[in-house]
Amino acid sequence: MKVRVYVSLKPGVLDPQGRAIQHSLEGLGFSGVSDVRAGKMIELEVDGTVTDAALDEMCRKLLANMVIENYRVERVAA
Amino acid sequence: MSGFRSAVITFPGSNCDRDMADALEKVSGDEPFRVWHGDADLPERLDFIALPGGFSYGDYLRSGAMAARSPIMRAVVEAAGRGVPVLGVCNGFQVLTEAGLLPGALMRNAGIRFVCREVPLKVDNAQSLFTSGYEQGQRVVFPVAHHDGNYFADDATLDRLEGEGRVAFRYAEPVNGSARDIAGVLNAAGNVLGMMPHPERAIEKEQGGTDGRAMFVSVVKGLIRA
Repeated sequence: MKVRVYVSLKPGVLDPQGRAIQHSLEGLGFSGVSDVRAGKMIELEVDGTVTDAALDEMCRKLLANMVIENYRVERVAA
Repeated sequence: MSGFRSAVITFPGSNCDRDMADALEKVSGDEPFRVWHGDADLPERLDFIALPGGFSYGDYLRSGAMAARSPIMRAVVEAAGRGVPVLGVCNGFQVLTEAGLLPGALMRNAGIRFVCREVPLKVDNAQSLFTSGYEQGQRVVFPVAHHDGNYFADDATLDRLEGEGRVAFRYAEPVNGSARDIAGVLNAAGNVLGMMPHPERAIEKEQGGTDGRAMFVSVVKGLIRA
């Protein structure tokens, strides 16, 4: 089974990369984009023994830095 | 030949480990142990542990994230808990925050660019084990070379760090967007220091400056008690 973990910066944490992307979009002539936040998506292939609690622990221990980031776990139907 | 027992940890991708070992040896007269990240144990009776700069594990996931979970870090966390002094410079600072030995996190520089130059700093706490060789408020110049040096912590944490005298160094000019210009922080017990600027690259005139020397002198003097 595929699991997707979405890691994003917490609200209020400055995202210089998001800001640079926003500026580039403006430079390309796209208007109306008031903010950009960049995060990452991590895909895991797991078997049936991996519980939600285990996935949560993986996120907290490694995949996300809880000081600056939030995460969301999504199980993807095969 | 003071009997100073120090260790420099090398992770895959560390690149300031030799400079760190060289600085420790030049100041203390004793060659540091060189410890590999995959080792489970540190040498016994260590006086000092250094986590060097570099790009451990290619900065994968987050700077310092993988190194902080490597086998040797369990031993480093345990030693720090016993009071063994630990210095993390640059990537070493990132590893210390990722390992939970220091609060906060180091984010991408506010200006996006990698910053590689000499920067003026202010010694904000000259009472610590690492900084006793400096004067309070002294201006020093250390090289920096980092992409992720933008120190972040929530306001309550920043207030606590400042209130407890745990800001060791501040930037004396804008460098990377760090909260409250913080360049180096101490843990609550005062035996762990993480900093982005490189004291080990300012030991001898040939390196362009010698302001970093006093840090290693402070440490060696502070630890060699008759």
